[in-house]
Amino acid sequence: MAIDTETVKRIAFLSRLKIENDKIQATEDEFNKILDWVEQLKEVNTDNVEPLISVNENCLSLRVDEVTEGNQSEAVLANAPMKEYGYFAVPKVVE
Amino acid sequence: MSGMIINGKTGDWEVICGLEIHCQIISKSKMFSGGSTHYGSDANENVSFVDAGMPGMLPTLNEQCVRQAIKTGLGLNAKINKYSEFARKNYFYADLPQGYQISQFKYPIVGEGSVSIDLADGTTKEIGIERLHIEQDAGKSIHDISPTKSFIDLNRAGVGLMEIVTKPDFRSPEEAGAFLRKLRSIVRYLGTCDGNMDEGSMRCDVNVSVRKVGEDGYRTRNEMKNVNSVKFVMQAIENEARRHVETYENGGTIEQETRQFDPSTGTSRVMRKKEFAHDYRYFPEPDLLPLVLSDELLAEVKADMVELPDAKKARFVKDLGLTDYDAMVLCENRETAEWFEKAAKGHDAKKVANWMMGDFFAMLNEKKIGLEESPITPENLGKLVDLITSNVINGKTAKDVFVLMAETGDAPDKIVEEKGLKQVTDTGAIEAVIDTVLANNPDNVAAYKAGKVALMGWFVGQVMKESKGKANPAMVNQLLAKKLA
Repeated sequence: MAIDTETVKRIAFLSRLKIENDKIQATEDEFNKILDWVEQLKEVNTDNVEPLISVNENCLSLRVDEVTEGNQSEAVLANAPMKEYGYFAVPKVVE
Repeated sequence: MSGMIINGKTGDWEVICGLEIHCQIISKSKMFSGGSTHYGSDANENVSFVDAGMPGMLPTLNEQCVRQAIKTGLGLNAKINKYSEFARKNYFYADLPQGYQISQFKYPIVGEGSVSIDLADGTTKEIGIERLHIEQDAGKSIHDISPTKSFIDLNRAGVGLMEIVTKPDFRSPEEAGAFLRKLRSIVRYLGTCDGNMDEGSMRCDVNVSVRKVGEDGYRTRNEMKNVNSVKFVMQAIENEARRHVETYENGGTIEQETRQFDPSTGTSRVMRKKEFAHDYRYFPEPDLLPLVLSDELLAEVKADMVELPDAKKARFVKDLGLTDYDAMVLCENRETAEWFEKAAKGHDAKKVANWMMGDFFAMLNEKKIGLEESPITPENLGKLVDLITSNVINGKTAKDVFVLMAETGDAPDKIVEEKGLKQVTDTGAIEAVIDTVLANNPDNVAAYKAGKVALMGWFVGQVMKESKGKANPAMVNQLLAKKLA
């Protein structure tokens, strides 16, 4: 599997990363190096082996359903570049 | 046969539809944080740093959300998966502060199930459930305050959702509508979601395609997002199916796209085409370990299950002698069914059902009040029916007593006693009234005897009037017939 220029542009778009045109080729090469390395792993037969999600053998512990946080809108909004009437304000989003 | 067939120029087409429904989970706190789920708080007051996507904050799973999902799964007759995993669904939107939604992908908490829907012709149909998974809700964008900005309220961000995906089993708008009503009834019975589509706590995505009758496989489908009422879902399916047929018959093709349904016109327009479709790049959520359900937890949730609408309906028909229709109406919501059961206990259930679905619901409508505000208690409605079945009052008097009960909230026996409304069942007393009526109307008596038998009704009316409505109508009929013979 190899990454082409279009795929680099697409991933950049999906990740909202701005990649200058003169960096695209270099990014493409980097992607491909990583994929080549991963390709090697395919030499191992993994039929009937479930993907390993975590090396931690524990499973998730659950939290009791209680309200423990809130009433801190000032703190929540503290780093917002724009805020109005207690809302985060962003450039108009129209899909 | 409830399938919808569209008769096109080139032949008959059938409609194929599947639904994805997002149900907001009823819990005090959010799915992965201790922020409140309270609806209607001031903007951003119920937001924890986890919900706001602050760096370094870690999610912790709310046990209640897990229980609610299992409960709903059991209500959908579905397989509960003891092992499930969370995954990140990546996309950028202003009201999704983390840049991803924690959801489930490969291993959902609930697998395949089925729900039986009731159709207008009295038949039922099984609708397959593909899966139910749990995920967090996004915040809310408000576009109409400022012309240049969107405002974001994160109070909803992180509230637990159950996404229920059906199999493409619907063949008509009617079936989809029946399913949504049934699902709403089930989650409300279970107390896992309030089911209010207009407030957005239940939201529906509709997938529609068409195919020629007899054709195998499926054609390209279109998805319509966030259709927010049963009526609109039905309208969206019908219009979208017709659009597909028209397109195919005019030589066009349907491209896979996401569409936005517009309730004001009943039509849909393109939201995004496949080439711009979101590529969510799911991957296992690194902040959460796999969810493994213990036998204890499963047993506790099972023990906590309530009787569901279908089971209740079947019991009302079998044990209480109601018709299918009565039982369906009374079981649609749990409060109504429980009110009825209280009223019917120890009384003639079929008669109680008739009163409830007739005068009682009409009274609530007229007063514009809900069941819980009814001036008439279930016990008193039961007593009223008893007074009729034991011949203490007749049906006509009962209507008057009912009106007084609705006005005063008094018990029917008290009203009957105070107003002296007991029906006269004493033969002698009724005969005396009949004699008076006959003596005062010799012309009509002669006419009746000459063959004008239709006058019988008039005589009965006069006797009832003379007795101020208290005479037992059956006895009046019987005694009159004897006297006039």
